[in-house]
Amino acid sequence: MSTSVEVVPLTGMAILRIHGDVTGDSEGALMGAYAQLDPGVRAVLLDFAGLEYMNSGGIGLLVTLLVRAQRAGRRLHAIGLSEHYREILTLTRLDEAIEVHDNETAALAAATA
Amino acid sequence: MDTQGTTNRDDAEAWAHPVERLVATGTGASTDTVTGRRVAGPLQGFGQLWQKTFSVRLDGIDIPPEDLVAHWRDHFPTYWPPGARFYAPLLGIQPGEVALLELAPVPGSPVKMSTGVVVIYADREAFTFMTPEGHALSAWITFSAFRDGGVTVAQAQALERTADPFVELAYMMGANRSNDRFWEQTLANLAVSVGIREPTVQTTKVCVDRRRQWRYVRNVRFSPLVTMATGVVTAPGRWVRRPR
Repeated sequence: MSTSVEVVPLTGMAILRIHGDVTGDSEGALMGAYAQLDPGVRAVLLDFAGLEYMNSGGIGLLVTLLVRAQRAGRRLHAIGLSEHYREILTLTRLDEAIEVHDNETAALAAATA
Repeated sequence: MDTQGTTNRDDAEAWAHPVERLVATGTGASTDTVTGRRVAGPLQGFGQLWQKTFSVRLDGIDIPPEDLVAHWRDHFPTYWPPGARFYAPLLGIQPGEVALLELAPVPGSPVKMSTGVVVIYADREAFTFMTPEGHALSAWITFSAFRDGGVTVAQAQALERTADPFVELAYMMGANRSNDRFWEQTLANLAVSVGIREPTVQTTKVCVDRRRQWRYVRNVRFSPLVTMATGVVTAPGRWVRRPR
């Protein structure tokens, strides 16, 4: 299955709702969505509730996205992660740079804090 | 490019489980500098972030990508250049296994750097290693195969930072290029093993982040260059005290 990313703009932040697979082939969809963000966005919420499959190429893409966000002074937050994908973020120590939240309400509160 | 497909729909078995501290499962190495350490990926490194892609086309060789990946996993240590040793885990390249390595800092050097890698991902199409603290690089590297225009292509793609300022300095003075040659030779050896007579390895390097991460300057406490230098300096004392 391919990747689709829905961009939900909010004030000063944005949600990227990810659906399908995240693999090395997802670069166009993921980076294309990120490129749509308003320059004033300071926090990006990655919603993984629609994630069906992620391999190591996909994790590599998340690192690249994270670096782009950090260069732009943006913080990344993650929501909708299953226990399995939370483990993967822990395994790769991505959870030290991407804040993981239980739900959208908690993420939005953290992003505006 | 045709695809680097996703035919295996369940990724749960392909990923390792997180551990707080690593335990080496590779056998045969004289030194284990990995057990007790944590993994350290590109986010935990010091130097500039590089994405390096090495690929070789297997023109005229009828081997499906999945067969090539299986072949690569089974014989991984044999494709490394001379002077480098990969001590594979007993169970082979499987998620969660920790291999040990001995690498020459410069070609021909009698002194070796001892380190390792963790297999964080492995399926029929790819496998990925991540480095532990004490490795020269904070990195992961994915080995994969895919079809491109009816030709099977083998690829190694690294996302890496040097782990500490000493290694970064060495990288700037030529170790970066030496690292490239290491993987180019590995890909060439793999291609030869399946019947390519004169393999051509393509290399693409992109500096993803030019900034150095000074908050990780304390990685020097694990620096393999410091460990190696200490080992050389104290070698005479160890030789004198050795059991006779």
